[in-house]
Amino acid sequence: MAIPPETVPPAAARPETMSPATRPAPPAPPPEPPSATVPTAAAPAGTDGEALKVVTARHPWRLVSAVAVLVLLAMAASALITNPAWEWPVVGEYLFAPSILRAVAFTLQLTALGIVLGFVIGTVVALMRLSRNPLLSSVAWGYTWLFRSVPLILQLLFWYNLALLYKQISFGVPFGPSFFSIGTMDLIGPVTAAAIGLALHQGAYAAEIVRAGFLSVDPGQLEAAAALGIPRTRQTFRIVLPQAMRAIVPTAGNEIIGLVKGTSVVYIMALPELFYQAQVIYNRSGRVIALLLVAAIWYLILTTVLSIGQYYLERHYAKGASRRLPDTPLARLRRILAARAASGTPGIGGTR
Amino acid sequence: MTRPMVELRGVHKRFGALEVLNDVNLRVGPGEVTVIIGPSGSGKSTLLRSVNHLEKVDRGSVLIDGELVGYRRAGNRLHELPEREILRRRARIGFVFQNFNLFPHLTVRQNVTEAPLSAQRRPRADVEELAARLLDRVGLADKIDEYPRRLSGGQQQRVAIARALALEPKVVLFDEPTSALDPELVGEVLDVMKDLARSGTTMIVVTHEVGFAREVADTVVFMDAGRVVEQGTPGQVLDAPRHERTRAFLSKVL
Repeated sequence: MAIPPETVPPAAARPETMSPATRPAPPAPPPEPPSATVPTAAAPAGTDGEALKVVTARHPWRLVSAVAVLVLLAMAASALITNPAWEWPVVGEYLFAPSILRAVAFTLQLTALGIVLGFVIGTVVALMRLSRNPLLSSVAWGYTWLFRSVPLILQLLFWYNLALLYKQISFGVPFGPSFFSIGTMDLIGPVTAAAIGLALHQGAYAAEIVRAGFLSVDPGQLEAAAALGIPRTRQTFRIVLPQAMRAIVPTAGNEIIGLVKGTSVVYIMALPELFYQAQVIYNRSGRVIALLLVAAIWYLILTTVLSIGQYYLERHYAKGASRRLPDTPLARLRRILAARAASGTPGIGGTR
Repeated sequence: MTRPMVELRGVHKRFGALEVLNDVNLRVGPGEVTVIIGPSGSGKSTLLRSVNHLEKVDRGSVLIDGELVGYRRAGNRLHELPEREILRRRARIGFVFQNFNLFPHLTVRQNVTEAPLSAQRRPRADVEELAARLLDRVGLADKIDEYPRRLSGGQQQRVAIARALALEPKVVLFDEPTSALDPELVGEVLDVMKDLARSGTTMIVVTHEVGFAREVADTVVFMDAGRVVEQGTPGQVLDAPRHERTRAFLSKVL
């Protein structure tokens, strides 16, 4: 939005369609450089031999809207910075406090457990749901139904209080003798309860995401794999799953980011994750807003890192999918810097 | 006649009330090229797909080189084989699809080597060398590390043919291999298929390319409404058809 209107490239030369000189020659002819003059052949009759200069269209409303947005942004920034009630010095003081860092680490740990276990469960449930065995398929449907229907916070409380329902957990022959028993309290502490609750809940959603991914793959792919005699598990993991990942990754990214913040519900089990820790500190110090800001900043940081990871993961699974991927922002930046260094003339024109 | 490479005996197949294959009998000798023609919906593709057990037949049997594809015979019963065994037998039957069905996330090389490595468990070095040789044969040696979507339709179909040949199949089945191609790309695929036919590959080809049938087929089979109406040499079936339905069909496509 901050681009001055003079440098807005014409529609034909947006960055996506630009063909930089550093790449190998593309199959299609590269688009005309935007500053090129019209060759005489295209000139109207009577002006042969005379090169005509192209004047790009002006977009006055872009300038107006850009200024309006800039003013609003400046107002927001000023409101954040100048009002002492935000207590920025206190935010700085607590942002890297050891207890907060520990809480961030614990949040990450819960998220990782929830996502890894959740997607393992989800993949199994999705494969069951797609299986030709009606019993497996119904059980998978029932799983998804149950764990999607009960609110996460209730599920967590059930797991937390499992010892009230079953004092002992026995391992042995089903309905037969047991080999050994463990007290439920010892086996399922609050952290385990939280991990199990998050994973089972996440598994139900992951199952649907994985199933959607599998359904998005052209049935001809399975047919070709079967015709080639490729073994069944290999068909699933080598042929179908990598193609399904294209549909899975964006929605899975949503889920992971949702879970980073979703872990904050485990505060009801008094587990020292980020949000709970922030509350503990502000209850003691009274710096409510500052600590809420600290938590918000950390959630922002975690989400940013995950979003960047998702971007590269999507590119990985897009290989062979589109004719040519646009450059990553980093590659684009490197190209601009290299072009500037080479030509010695700064400005956007030097990057083309 | 020597033992046929492919033999269909009294094959029946129905989808609901529709009789798709009605008492089909077919013998294809080793090294022979059989071209199946007929109007759409006549059961050509189903016939081809039942040869490698992508479709199960309701009655009758399909033998490849004297061996049942999807079943084990015990007395008068046919027991369906476990999937692993079907996959193993199917690996000796090449199949080329109308829509290529190349694996888009794998390179041309990986497309060709995947099945020999995972289904036949042959050593990688041999398979890599075989892939290079086959891609050279279909004229795509320089595309070995490309992804399929960066190739033209004709090139993709030639990769698909190389992929089918990599299993060193006893027979290669072609299901309308040029129907999804732009007209100017049909020739390059047919050239590869003619080359295969001349080198003694056993082939069953479902196609609308009557010119191809005339040039390379040993046997032309005309199907209509799930039945083999007539079969014979290209001269017999294409130039002097005995049945009215064959004449009517040929007058439309020629």
